[in-house]
Amino acid sequence: MKHLLSIADLSREEAISVLDTAMHMAKASDTPMKKLPTLRGRTIVNLFAEDSTRTRISFEAAAKRLSADVINFSAKGSSVSKGESLKDTAQTLQAMGADAVIIRHGASGAPARLADCQWMSGAVINAGDGTHEHPSQALLDAFTIRKHLGQGREDLQGIRIAIVGDVLHSRVARSNVLLLTKLGAHVTLVAPPTLLPVGVESWPVSVAYDFDAVLESVDVVMMLRVQLERMSELFFPNAREYSRYFGLNSARLKKLHPGAIVMHPGPMNRGLEITAESADSARSVIIEQVTNGVSVRMAILYLLLAGDTSIEAGA
Amino acid sequence: MSSVLPAPDMARALSRIAHEICERNNGSQSITLLGIPTRGAHLARRLAALIETIEGQPVQVGTIDTTLFRDDLRMKAPRALMPTSIPSLGIENRTVVLVDDVLFSGRTIRAALDALGDIGRPAKVQLAVLIDRGHRELPIRADFVGKNIPTAIAQSVKVLLTETDGIDDVQISSEEGK
Repeated sequence: MKHLLSIADLSREEAISVLDTAMHMAKASDTPMKKLPTLRGRTIVNLFAEDSTRTRISFEAAAKRLSADVINFSAKGSSVSKGESLKDTAQTLQAMGADAVIIRHGASGAPARLADCQWMSGAVINAGDGTHEHPSQALLDAFTIRKHLGQGREDLQGIRIAIVGDVLHSRVARSNVLLLTKLGAHVTLVAPPTLLPVGVESWPVSVAYDFDAVLESVDVVMMLRVQLERMSELFFPNAREYSRYFGLNSARLKKLHPGAIVMHPGPMNRGLEITAESADSARSVIIEQVTNGVSVRMAILYLLLAGDTSIEAGA
Repeated sequence: MSSVLPAPDMARALSRIAHEICERNNGSQSITLLGIPTRGAHLARRLAALIETIEGQPVQVGTIDTTLFRDDLRMKAPRALMPTSIPSLGIENRTVVLVDDVLFSGRTIRAALDALGDIGRPAKVQLAVLIDRGHRELPIRADFVGKNIPTAIAQSVKVLLTETDGIDDVQISSEEGK
């Protein structure tokens, strides 16, 4: 594993090793001295061509806890806004000696382009590309689910998960479907037909249009943000109707079975896909997802940067 | 491969180390045994059990993973992390006895000392190893040694324990290595 571009590139074993490593990282971060010397002298660039709070800060915190140097680079306020190409940006980063680039980009495939070309030699980590994938988010979601419902198992065998809302524009949903099913979970997508992607019938998931019908039979409800900024046409009549049919409210919360948990990748549109009571309820693990995000990203950075990835593990 | 420390000899060596640890530290009150995974952790638990029978009271025992503190990570394939568990009394002002299976370059122990420093400040740190095979690359020595085995640098020394390998034995490869 040299880059982290897509969940599709990960084997089940590699995914589990990320989750296990994250578990140890969480423990190591639980001591008075949070900083580990592991990546001292490494330079990690956060290249964010799209807005982000959580992911950027989370990767930054993870890198700093492992003692790497972090350079933050956002499109706004950089030469990218003057029209500099991805290639020129990458070559600049290479010239500065970046060991890894964490990239978020509005164009699907931008991280893969960066990894495949010879513009730079460091590791590339996809922190969300267009509507393609967001692998670190899926890994932290799987980590959170395993922690709550895994009962000590290494995978998510038999856990039933509903992913609800704007699947069409969601890279989080795509990465999660790939990862959660790879780990043995049963995934149901719940969305209005207009917000489901073309070809969803070929995905290894069930599809439901009635949120209320699936509530009682799931262990995890993962709400997705309605991505208004990506919507150039009308996908549902109005916000009130969307919340009525696909929003998580207290009435729906009550129908969940006792051990079920509520997740959201953030940022939330409170009042649209999730009500404040649901987001702040005891079932909600939304804040914990953020905490786990740092541990999972420490694990990703450790596995990609600490060792020599050109040597096969176990050799 | 030839056997250099069969099971009965290993049991005697561990029993001697357990007595030496108690003797050096006036009993087991102040000591905390920390094993370095994987085999050092098993050895630490065995030593703890032996010390408990000698002293008649429970001993603080845990594990400490040194992977994140190693200076040779970049030269090898990515390594899996192992658990660290510090026993209830912590390490502050305790006498920590690090336990490992083989003492070779000394780099693991250096990493363990760094890892300890991030957890607290022990009063003393001592080192117990089952095998000292020489070839130190750092100024580190063991306080308690099961057996000194002179080796060539190309040889490999393998400690086998019932917990992980089904038998207790220490094997050493022929001069040519591999």
